[in-house]
Amino acid sequence: MSAAEDIPPGAATAPDTPVLSVEGLTVSVRANGAERPLVEDLSFTLRRGETLAIAGESGSGKSITSLAIMGLLPPPAVRASAGRVIFGSSDLLALGEAGMRRIRGDRIAMIFQEPMTSLNPVMTIGAQLVEALREHEAISRAEARAQALAALKSVRIAQPERRLDQYPHELSGGMRQRVMIAMALALKPDVLIADEPTTALDVTVQREVLDLLRDLQRDMGTAIILITHDMGVVAEMAERVIVMRNGRMVEQGAVSQIFGTPQEAYTQELLAAVPRMGDGATRPGQPASDTTPPPVARLDRVDVRFDIRGGLLGRVTHRVHAVEHVSFDIRAGETFALVGESGCGKSTIARAIAGLVPHEGHLEVAGRVLKGLDAAGRKAIRRDVQMVFQDPMAALDPRMRVGAAVAEPLVIHGIGTEDERRARAADLFARVGLPPEAVERYPHEFSGGQRQRICIARALALNPKLIICDESTSALDVSVQARVLDLLEALKREFGIAYLFISHDMAVVENIADRLAVMYLGQIVEMGSRAQIFGNPQHPYTRRLIEAVPVPDPGHVRAPAPRLSGEVPSPIHPVGSGPRRLDLCDIGGGHLVAGDRAAKEAAA
Amino acid sequence: MTDAAVPIARPATALARLMRRKLALIGLAIILIVTLGAVFAPWIAPYSPDEQLFDGLTIEGAPLAPNGSFLFGTDLLGRDLLSRILYGARTSLIIGVVANGAALIIGTVIGVTAGFFRGWVGAILMRFTDLMMAFPALLLAICLAAIFTPSLWIVAMVIALVNWVQTARVIFTETTALSEREFIAAERSLGASTPRILFRHILPHLVPMIIVWGTLGISTTVLLEATLSYLGVGVQPPTPSWGNIIFENQTYFQAAPWLVFIPGAAILLLALAFNLVGDALRDVLDPTQRGAE
Repeated sequence: MSAAEDIPPGAATAPDTPVLSVEGLTVSVRANGAERPLVEDLSFTLRRGETLAIAGESGSGKSITSLAIMGLLPPPAVRASAGRVIFGSSDLLALGEAGMRRIRGDRIAMIFQEPMTSLNPVMTIGAQLVEALREHEAISRAEARAQALAALKSVRIAQPERRLDQYPHELSGGMRQRVMIAMALALKPDVLIADEPTTALDVTVQREVLDLLRDLQRDMGTAIILITHDMGVVAEMAERVIVMRNGRMVEQGAVSQIFGTPQEAYTQELLAAVPRMGDGATRPGQPASDTTPPPVARLDRVDVRFDIRGGLLGRVTHRVHAVEHVSFDIRAGETFALVGESGCGKSTIARAIAGLVPHEGHLEVAGRVLKGLDAAGRKAIRRDVQMVFQDPMAALDPRMRVGAAVAEPLVIHGIGTEDERRARAADLFARVGLPPEAVERYPHEFSGGQRQRICIARALALNPKLIICDESTSALDVSVQARVLDLLEALKREFGIAYLFISHDMAVVENIADRLAVMYLGQIVEMGSRAQIFGNPQHPYTRRLIEAVPVPDPGHVRAPAPRLSGEVPSPIHPVGSGPRRLDLCDIGGGHLVAGDRAAKEAAA
Repeated sequence: MTDAAVPIARPATALARLMRRKLALIGLAIILIVTLGAVFAPWIAPYSPDEQLFDGLTIEGAPLAPNGSFLFGTDLLGRDLLSRILYGARTSLIIGVVANGAALIIGTVIGVTAGFFRGWVGAILMRFTDLMMAFPALLLAICLAAIFTPSLWIVAMVIALVNWVQTARVIFTETTALSEREFIAAERSLGASTPRILFRHILPHLVPMIIVWGTLGISTTVLLEATLSYLGVGVQPPTPSWGNIIFENQTYFQAAPWLVFIPGAAILLLALAFNLVGDALRDVLDPTQRGAE
């Protein structure tokens, strides 16, 4: 306790004095009687008011470092076994739990990746802010409430008075992260540790949260340790960068130096793997043939709605209009991308095509209309359409050997003998770049990228005409993502498969798609070839999406955009009414844009 | 992370891995001893379990404490306790394994059906389960036992009919959560049939839960049988069961503690043995635990 009091508020006032310095930090985990280091001999200093980014892929030890600074390492297995963390005049590692508690939140605050799990779901926002404030300052409840309101206002949340009495589940993800930031900054800490603060957010919301963090830092002079895997975010936010790999620092330097002249091979590889907007333009497009091949999938005014029942009799009172009047074709052998933010209905379309959710309208796959098919017809269609999900760990049965999982589609459709199926599985493993002896293992014995390869092998087993990739690379590290994207591209050339590629990441889509559609609230707002959409985006929402993508180049100057704090309207409508339908107009060359005015202006 | 393969040695069979666990072996040994004792009771037991021995009581008519000729002592009627324990093992094993097993099967079938199919089928099944849960189990057991003429198999059936409820509840919740998981959606998108999804992808995940509930259920069912016997609707005297030995003698606990202590210890040991084996089985059968041993 006394140690914490030794540090006067605002300990380091001179601009160049370090607020926090880490010296030779080593964190180890004890497993099977042996100590294994998670972070080894890490040293850095954080100066007042600067933003230091710790970048690295999963398993690099970046989050463990932040937990070690906060004294939040999970006891007893994981502990800081060597080194010092100097804050003010005391060593945080030597400080007991009681001393740390006075520093945590007050002097060093932290925000986490997932704002929903970091807020208490049964307490109102106001109560949580008030509690946090009164924990560290002897103030009355009314004063604390006034301060809480001020904190919410400072993070530019819409209707801050109303938010105080709301519960976390009533707020959107972006608003929740704003509340977390308000809570972290309410006590004006010297250091803010932000652990992947925007990873769980949509790209436009990420943009707003990053802007907000930068503004607040300028106003309050808080030093920020930004932990992220996203080199785009690093380039936009950080002044200095530490690149970590396998628990060790690979490289440290000013952001311009790391991005401009990276010294280490790993940093170069990492930067090369980052998908950049504009890379796609150099890629040869789909060969323009005069004879348009027949589409593998055709959607004509497809609706997907989910009923919400209410009242005593459980009657349908409202409907979620998840997909509204969506029409598009996927041609054989092309990559068609659907982009949009969470809740825009892109995954629902995928599930409708795969026959997992019921739909209205005309949906045709490989020449067969999905509606009104009998069981045999549905099964036949499933040979032509396969799905690769976002999280390969969740999409594989953890109790089934991966070889059996890859051969299972053949078993289900009664193809081949057992030996033939085994041979086919081994063959597919080779195709996706996995050793054939891996068939005997279980999913948890693989890394994330390998698991996604297994899912791709499984999707290939039936020689489908269309593979739906639902955010299939979003959960992977960038270097792994790059390799999986290359694999998809190679398989497309070899087998002539068409992909429906669903993603929120405009940079990835720009790199892989031949044509794409931008979705907003269940409707398509713009559709066209890659060159049309990225070269000449027409709809304001498309422009916003493209502009929001963090650019992995510290020299990039962002066009000033209006600071938005509005919320996406709800797709839930009472029975009988629905959203206003958007009409798509062709502004030339198959480039479709919603909204009559925008289209007319473009055409004029 | 690197994309490189994680080398893992080819593991031994499940049985071999089970045999490597000391606690599991102890459990197996106890189960084996009890089973052998039950099967070979007529040959091992030093006396007939029902015989009221002339020298089984003191001159004052009190039961004898364990001694050289009566290893476990004698009960209130002068019967040899060791013999009664050996014969009682038959009853208790049948109740613990058969009745409990039947309860597990009923519970699993109802829980999986309700959890997987939902809709009105699930609603009806689960409301019926709730009804059974709210109804006093003992009262139901007494009613059932009173309707049928009490016999060991009837008692086993009665116990199965009241004991499946908790299992069904737990399995229902687990199945509901499982069928929402993405790999089930992946199976559906492959065109897998419902039986295939149920038996290949849902049931294997329920095995640990079933094993835990199965081993926990053994001691409760053995005791439920004892309660029923005590109320006169269970196994009819003079047929011994571990439960009714305790209940017959509990009033003399202070004067003759061995009469309660020895059958109590037998129940405890058997339940513990099944728990140890069940625990080990659960770990051994779980492929996601591989490499973590």
